[in-house]
Amino acid sequence: MSASMHLPVDPARRAFINARLVDPASGYEGPGGVLIENGLIRAAGPEVTADAVGDAALVDCRGLILLPGLIDMRVFTGEPGYEHRETLRTASLAAAAGGVTSMIVMPDTDPVIDDAALVDFILRRARDTAIVRVAPMAAITRGLKGETMSEIGLLREAGAVALTDGRRGVASARVLRRAMAYARDFDMLICQHVEDADLAAGGVMHEGELAARLGLPGIPPQAEVIMLERDIRLVELTGARYHAMQISCAESVEVIRRAKARGLPVSCGVSINHLLLNEHDIGAWRTFFKLSPPLRSEADRQALVAGLADGTIDVIVSSHDPQGADSKRLPFAEAAFGAIGLQTLLSAALSLYHAGAISLLRLSEVTSRAPARLLGIEGGTLAAGALADFVLVDPEASWRVTPESLLSSAKNTPFEDRVFEGRVVRTVVAGRTVFSLDSVENGQTAFS
Amino acid sequence: MQDALTDERAPILKGRHLLGVADLTIEEITALLDLAEHYVAVNRRRKKRLSILEGRTQINLFFEPSTRTQSSFELAGKRLGADVLNMAVKVSSITKGETLIDTAVTLNAMGPDLLVVRHQHSGAVALLAQKVSCAVINAGDGRHEHPTQALLDALTIRRHKGRFENLIVAICGDILHSRVARSNILLLQKLGAHVRLVAPSTLLPPDAERLCPDVHTDMRQGLKGADVVMMLRLQKERMNGAFIPSTREYYRFFGLDADKLAVAKEDAIVMHPGPMNRGVEIASRIADGPRSVIREQVEMGVAVRMAVLDALARNENVGQGEGGEAR
Repeated sequence: MSASMHLPVDPARRAFINARLVDPASGYEGPGGVLIENGLIRAAGPEVTADAVGDAALVDCRGLILLPGLIDMRVFTGEPGYEHRETLRTASLAAAAGGVTSMIVMPDTDPVIDDAALVDFILRRARDTAIVRVAPMAAITRGLKGETMSEIGLLREAGAVALTDGRRGVASARVLRRAMAYARDFDMLICQHVEDADLAAGGVMHEGELAARLGLPGIPPQAEVIMLERDIRLVELTGARYHAMQISCAESVEVIRRAKARGLPVSCGVSINHLLLNEHDIGAWRTFFKLSPPLRSEADRQALVAGLADGTIDVIVSSHDPQGADSKRLPFAEAAFGAIGLQTLLSAALSLYHAGAISLLRLSEVTSRAPARLLGIEGGTLAAGALADFVLVDPEASWRVTPESLLSSAKNTPFEDRVFEGRVVRTVVAGRTVFSLDSVENGQTAFS
Repeated sequence: MQDALTDERAPILKGRHLLGVADLTIEEITALLDLAEHYVAVNRRRKKRLSILEGRTQINLFFEPSTRTQSSFELAGKRLGADVLNMAVKVSSITKGETLIDTAVTLNAMGPDLLVVRHQHSGAVALLAQKVSCAVINAGDGRHEHPTQALLDALTIRRHKGRFENLIVAICGDILHSRVARSNILLLQKLGAHVRLVAPSTLLPPDAERLCPDVHTDMRQGLKGADVVMMLRLQKERMNGAFIPSTREYYRFFGLDADKLAVAKEDAIVMHPGPMNRGVEIASRIADGPRSVIREQVEMGVAVRMAVLDALARNENVGQGEGGEAR
């Protein structure tokens, strides 16, 4: 993994005992503890108890869930270029409070992250200002213009963990084919925003009865399916590793399922929003629910949840996309797409667990281990030698999402006023506690 | 041996034309290389001009501009005593299909003995060869073949290594668009060398493994233990974003520098068909360094082309039996 994801390490030898461990790497779920030292996990499992850890400082977890820190594969910040929306620092505060220990940031900045020097800039800014790990994806094409491929090898060497054109899909099959063939030589994952911009042009929400009633131009699911199917043909041609960043409809789940059954190196993600919400949440033109891809029908949502449970969908992302009043307090058709989500990602995902849709192990798999594996970075495991990046969660604690409770500098959450059951109590990165609920409740700042 | 070789009546090539390496047998190739070796010696003499092709007419018909190959053929013809006419054909102004055939018919009426043709489209030289009554030499057709380049490369390799069997020859760079690569793959494989292709996937032809089973997209792996490192020219129009991201990235991962060359054999030679893009596919230090045989390739080029002109003219001797040359 890129050395630049390194953060200040807490060298202390410390044992988190009496926890309920959830380790998707080993498949273990049960009582136990985690012993850490020098920012790494030394041991984890039922044998890590107060008596077994010698002189280590003890943290009694009192039965809380302890799982690997979340790796959020799709995070937009405003840095560089749109710092009024969000900086790497404010995004990292929200991430820490949400149990996200690694943010994978998108190249849709100004300037676009399409040059090794800019990858380096992100990594340095993150090192100096962020409290969780940050790694950038770099642009597939220069300037996100979809015309010529970026310097994929040099970007990889600089520390880019994957390639994406962010909010845009690469429209040209010829350009994408070459980028895929080239990326494959460097074992770089191609992450595509699967939406045919031409077919989706002008659309602002799911195309259907509701759009007709609201008088809004729609985006048909076919805009997604067409590009997904085309891209899978290009995967056949090139052998590139391909990841559909967010799918939103039932048919896409089927397309991915078939591609996987044929053994193609294809994976996909879904945003937590699409797992919990549907088009009806838009209600009276509420722009915080204007997302790309759009929230779709309830049947689509259910198919996504099923696809997540059965392994077809690999990853949940927050798709954290900070927007201010300038871009959201507008008529629905004119408002920007996007919602924040770093801080609510884990709590929202726990509601799927409470609803019986997925197990805790599966939840942890799709939020940490799968992204680590796809990106070739560390994380997603509690094994000895792994990074001491993990989260303590109280699955029963409930909290109400309010603008005041959110640490992101943008407040465009689709979960405002929602009460979630399940709350992050403590977040540890490289052995350091970067978020602690106690400190928040006592009015202290938990982070450096 | 040289007497038999240089005997103007002894046939070397069975075919009338030299359209590609694909048509040549190992015996023909070896005989051509032996004859070329003889012309290397001739070319190093003070008096270089021979009269083997005296009274013969050689036309160099270049539909695609080329300074090197054209002057090499011109010099080869003149040293053998032929009358050499260079014809550069501007394609842009005329419709393509018509031009080629029309030009062939026109040229044929002028009665040349040897026609050296370069064309930007694969197969165009073979098409033209069907329409003329003289020997045709392919001086490069599209992405297809460039047989005299492969022969001169083989001669250069033979002079340094003394053999082809089990030599590891790494052909590196824009293989997709390269006729030099195609001719070299065919020729070197016929001669028993182990050929490797080294390029990013975007510059490899589809099913490259069918041409040559040993394909690498990582240059260090591809150069490991190589006896010969053959670099290819990267055309300007392929440089920025279409097939590769940029020249600096290309140089970083696929440019031949001291670092990458270090994994080849210690006595590996470095070749390039020219003209070179220094700092793109090859570092100047390597191009001008002690392991480079690039200038020698140019010298071998003239000798090989003399051998090919000589060999094809011999067939015309047998075939026509008219005019002053018949004995």
